[in-house]
Amino acid sequence: MPLHRRDVLLAGSGLALAGGRARAQGGALRLGVLTDMSGPYRDLTGPGSFAGARQAAEEFSAATGMAVEVIVGDHQNKPDVGANIARQWFDREGVEAIVDLPNSAVALAVSGIAREKNKVVLGSGVGSTVFTGAQCSPNSIQFTYDTYMLAKGTGDALVKQGADSWFFITADYAFGHALQADTSRFVEAAGGKVLGAARYPFPATTDFSSFLLQAQSSRAKVIGLANAGADLINCIKQAREFGLLRSGVKLACLLMTVVDSIALGLPEAQGLLMTESFYWDLNDRTRAFAERVKGKRQGAVVHASCAGCYGVTLHYLKAVKDLGLERARASGLEVVNRMKAMPTDDDAFGPGRIREDGRKLTPGYLFQVKSPAESRGPFDVHKLVATTPAEEAARPLAEGGCPFVRT
Amino acid sequence: MEDIFGIPAPLLFGQLLLGLINGAFYAMMSLGLAVIFGLLNIINFTHGAQFMMGAFAAWMLLEWAGLNYWWALLLVPIIIGFTGVVLERLMISRLYKLDHLYGLLLTFGLGLIIEGVFRNQFGSSGLPYRIPPELQGAWDLGFMFLPIYRGWVVIAALILCLATWLLIEKTRLGAYLRAATENAPLVQAFGVNVPRMVTLTYGFGVALAAIGGVLAAPIYSVNPQMGTNLIIVVFAVVVIGGMGSILGSIITGFGLGIVEGLTKVFYPEASATVIFVIMAIVLLARPAGLFGRA
Repeated sequence: MPLHRRDVLLAGSGLALAGGRARAQGGALRLGVLTDMSGPYRDLTGPGSFAGARQAAEEFSAATGMAVEVIVGDHQNKPDVGANIARQWFDREGVEAIVDLPNSAVALAVSGIAREKNKVVLGSGVGSTVFTGAQCSPNSIQFTYDTYMLAKGTGDALVKQGADSWFFITADYAFGHALQADTSRFVEAAGGKVLGAARYPFPATTDFSSFLLQAQSSRAKVIGLANAGADLINCIKQAREFGLLRSGVKLACLLMTVVDSIALGLPEAQGLLMTESFYWDLNDRTRAFAERVKGKRQGAVVHASCAGCYGVTLHYLKAVKDLGLERARASGLEVVNRMKAMPTDDDAFGPGRIREDGRKLTPGYLFQVKSPAESRGPFDVHKLVATTPAEEAARPLAEGGCPFVRT
Repeated sequence: MEDIFGIPAPLLFGQLLLGLINGAFYAMMSLGLAVIFGLLNIINFTHGAQFMMGAFAAWMLLEWAGLNYWWALLLVPIIIGFTGVVLERLMISRLYKLDHLYGLLLTFGLGLIIEGVFRNQFGSSGLPYRIPPELQGAWDLGFMFLPIYRGWVVIAALILCLATWLLIEKTRLGAYLRAATENAPLVQAFGVNVPRMVTLTYGFGVALAAIGGVLAAPIYSVNPQMGTNLIIVVFAVVVIGGMGSILGSIITGFGLGIVEGLTKVFYPEASATVIFVIMAIVLLARPAGLFGRA
């Protein structure tokens, strides 16, 4: 079943299947983008992640002559499906590294398999801090973001603005709990107070007005939204509808992306704050990258996962080249160690480095959604408000509890 | 401030009202299902997808044809209702002689396909649809802000429910419909075109789902999975109310909306489960549902 589905996607994405297979036998390096192609995180990752990884492969091939092939699979947000595809890719299809992995549950499952088979996981869509914490793997990288960065970027900024009492509306599963717990820590450390939380059933909730009203009656100055995607959008729409924002309450969207801003529309989203590690209009290099990859996005915005998959794939390929193809194929661990030893540099994120535990150190940018009057185009939705330096945006190494890191 | 069971009174009243508003959606959706089940004996699992199509059709009319919310309210039920008619003629009508299960499988499969197509076309993150300018703003009721649009949804749902009930229980057409449910060959013998009536009934049920979609578009994110979340609850409502009972589904819809609203205050984690707990109890005590005939 997964194989069939993937082949359809392959054909659909316009990849020259026959050519690719032929080259693979001739020694092309194979990467697999394992992502959500059909579920709730499709727009945040999915085809955009695939586009980013392919862009990196093409640029690298053109520059060095090394043959690289990128395939894609849909894990359907199910750890068992993801694990099956990963095994198949590693065992039978000669895939050396798996890229992206949104949905932490799937990412952790695949990370275990990659470690066992000494292959590589290039995480971009994976957000849980556990990935480079208690369940870290010496064969895995977490490149684009984690919940620590989100919580710190947005939580800190709001408390500093005087918004010091919080009420959380939390999706009742691991990711929501983690986001709420991380953010609570920063709020309290900065002198703020958490007044309460409503945990709603996920994903069976579409109406959030009850929870918004509870938040309002708690008299908190900030409502922390520890959820994502359609739930987040519904929360924001309904908060505006019930006049919460006019009464001076602030919304803290703990996982919001450029895709959500566009989906909401600027009239609804304007003024909201969120943290991301990439925005296409950040500087000349990000704009140049967005321009290059635009053709692969079919009219959709170039988002952080697209950039993350580009950055991590490019860095991986550089490390493989440095190590030599044969050695790279023999040991994924060696490639990852080389990736950690080499400084990173790409157009999407600029210069940086990867820490011992696999976390790429990257600045957290606090963005505010523009008003319709400020926006000059459909994708011109964010402005930069503050930057958390790379070293501060990541959880201190000693706090992670990653077993193979000696601190 | 007065407290009731440890909850401030204004908060409790607010939640009751919100429950009523959500109940309006449940009532509207389960009404369409009840009408279809009552007359066609088909459990229409495509209902959620048709609700979603209604919301998308409203968005398309606005973006592509420049037609506003009020036009959508008028045109969308006709357009989506027509797709229902086509569906009934081409596929569903072939299953009447078979077991319920086949209708369920067909409509469930169709629902998944429609959702998949929309997701491929429009993505998963949803599309913006604004509240019409005439209905923006909110009334200050003292204990809460009631957005005018939500008030409008309750009124619209009540009118629709009442009209449907009158149509089926009090008119000649309704009498034919009810008669056809009891004994189709006999009604046909009196010169009534039963197959056409059944087709139009399906179209009508689908149109109700589509109106629900249009009403929901400004409140919820217009996205391909918006129907999936609602439909499971709505099926529970239909089962509790009694399969095929029109009045039952209306009353149960509003009632369960309120129960759910209260659960959201006292124990939010259970708010999705409470309806199914009630369903289990009702099925044990009255297998035909609260208003159903055994």
